Amino acid sequence: MRSIRRDTLVALGLLLICGTFFAASFDIRETSYASLGSEVWPRVILAVLFVLSLALLAQSLRVKDAPAQAEHAGLGAWFAAYRNPLWCYLLFGLYLLTLPYLGMLAGGALFVFATLTAIGRRDLRALAINAVIGIGMVGFMWTVFRYGLNVILPEGELFYGW
Amino acid sequence: MIFDNILAASGAIFEIGTIALMFLGVTAGLIAGAIPGFTIAMAVVLTLPFTFGMTAVQGVATMIGVLVGGLSGGLMAGMLTGIPGTPSSVATTFDGFPMARKGRPGLALGLGVWSSFFGGIIGAIVLVTLAPQLARVGLEFGPWDYFALVMFALTITASLAGDNLLKGLIAGALGLLAATIGEDEVNGVARFTFGADAFEQGFAFLPVLVGLFAFSQLLSDVKDRDKALEPLMARGTKAVRVEHRRAIVEVLKRWTTLLRSALIGVFTGILPGAGSSVSNILAYDQAKKASKTPEDFGSGIPDGIVAPESSNNATEGGALIMLMALGIPGDVITAVMLGALLIHDVIPSPSFISDEPVLAYSIFIAFFLAHFIMVTMQAVCLRAFVLITRVPMYVLAAIILAYCAIGVFALNNVEFDLWTLFIFGVIGYLLRSLGFPLAPMILGVVLGNIAELNLNRAWSIEPSLTPFLTRPWSLLFFTFALFSAAFPWYQKHRREMKWTLVYLPLFCIAVSGPLALMDGWVRPVLGAGLLVFGTVTLVRRARAGWRIERAPAPPSRSEET
Repeated sequence: MRSIRRDTLVALGLLLICGTFFAASFDIRETSYASLGSEVWPRVILAVLFVLSLALLAQSLRVKDAPAQAEHAGLGAWFAAYRNPLWCYLLFGLYLLTLPYLGMLAGGALFVFATLTAIGRRDLRALAINAVIGIGMVGFMWTVFRYGLNVILPEGELFYGW
Repeated sequence: MIFDNILAASGAIFEIGTIALMFLGVTAGLIAGAIPGFTIAMAVVLTLPFTFGMTAVQGVATMIGVLVGGLSGGLMAGMLTGIPGTPSSVATTFDGFPMARKGRPGLALGLGVWSSFFGGIIGAIVLVTLAPQLARVGLEFGPWDYFALVMFALTITASLAGDNLLKGLIAGALGLLAATIGEDEVNGVARFTFGADAFEQGFAFLPVLVGLFAFSQLLSDVKDRDKALEPLMARGTKAVRVEHRRAIVEVLKRWTTLLRSALIGVFTGILPGAGSSVSNILAYDQAKKASKTPEDFGSGIPDGIVAPESSNNATEGGALIMLMALGIPGDVITAVMLGALLIHDVIPSPSFISDEPVLAYSIFIAFFLAHFIMVTMQAVCLRAFVLITRVPMYVLAAIILAYCAIGVFALNNVEFDLWTLFIFGVIGYLLRSLGFPLAPMILGVVLGNIAELNLNRAWSIEPSLTPFLTRPWSLLFFTFALFSAAFPWYQKHRREMKWTLVYLPLFCIAVSGPLALMDGWVRPVLGAGLLVFGTVTLVRRARAGWRIERAPAPPSRSEET
């Protein structure tokens, strides 16, 4: 596993995507009226992507090993290196999952507060500042979109009818 | 007729609401452009949600304001801190920062501001003059030619966007593939839904764009934990008084550098894929080569500021020419502008200027006007910039992520768009981390439907591949695509390998063929000229025994960059 280079894995992943999409292209409904079937263009793209992915695979196998690559440092080090982006994705995912219940105002403020706390400072003063930033900024944006641009934003089941 | 259109467009632009929005846009652009880590494209993408509630004229005028502000905002950070705010002001720091450190920050800023202004105005003049002419040429295009043009745009973007052409091409293909998900625009058939109803409508353009570009960029900016906690700039950064009068005199004294750089900028902008990040370095390099004292470059001389700053603002004039005349975005920023126009049901094409004259002339006027507003707002924004740079990146990132969600939801009021944002945010970050350039993917997403639509039209007219190779424009664009795909190898092995000696003459000979097939006499004559030039160069090099001339001087600072 250690000897497999990153681009090799990427190329294999791309080939897998090509295979999956190519198989799915057979599920595209055929129409009698079309001069060019709906499956033709995606298949052309997939053919090109397949050839390019093969070329990337060949290129990755041809390139000499780089000395001591960072990705071999282990899973713990990888998590440490990508800690902040992972936190952001996790919290954004939670924000989306709870959106139907919390709505965009409370959910958004909570998301900003949680993200600031997860990737920023965490002392008592910082927590208070994070809360003010979360409520203040999301409140401001929510007001601009809701009343300035007349966009109906999700209220959330918990706050419905308030 | 033209006068009526200009009058109607002026009426729309000079409305108090539109002017206020343009002031806001320029201010936002100036500040966003000045923050290192933010790009102009990101600023324009994030403006898009605000434009839904506006008229098409207001929306496009606001985005042009952000664009012009962003182009000029990058110089503030570059000159005061040595860190360019955007990639389009990288070369500005070479001389801007040394000049500021020598005790002339006001003059350095003034030179930057006024070079941007004059460069932008030159770009705007070329835009107004050339766009209608190019649109007339565009009327000659059939669906075969459009399809070939899209392929050329994707290939050249892939070849210019990163070090690895292969990854650029893969990114472009992934973008095209993403655009095929959902209902096919031509036949109305659902594709690649994998059984999920949510995929049937396909991915909305804005969430994909915000996810790929803004979301992934923000997470890249906060990846370094320690850096994310620090303020964006050192506390010592101060606002300074801009020396306007002196700067105008100095810029106008260097009118040859100004004009040359602005024209380099316009040409780079017209070329699909090459944006202001390329043109500013190109213009700096040319100014250095043309200078009698090239050794002074890098020490803080005015020419080193005038060249990059005038070219980067002129570039967008060129990119807008392509968008307005042919409906093909010249770079990521104009791709977003295309998205904004599509949201307002305006589809740029060669008949855009004649079909939508008020909107077209509004774009011209807004581009002019934005440069005047930029000069006015620069001094105000300097203070705001200094204040914002005291905020750590993690705070900005968290707030902007929340804004992305609200803005994306505002498009269609559909929660699935937020998941699209999330999915493409992950894809964008992964691709960035794995060394794939995002510009080709974004252009692939934007141009995918245009390519398929034209392929379908072409096939309906004649179900054969032959017209793609027999129609002059199509053949010309495919030739361009082929040579632009080989360009990275040519650039890498130039002056090292013998085959590079045939690249340019062969290109001229190949291009002469389709030009000779075109109507009129100008293009065939140009084709004949290129054929003669290519053949003569080839023969000369063969007679010289395919001797490679080695580069005499060590690489310059701009080349390293």
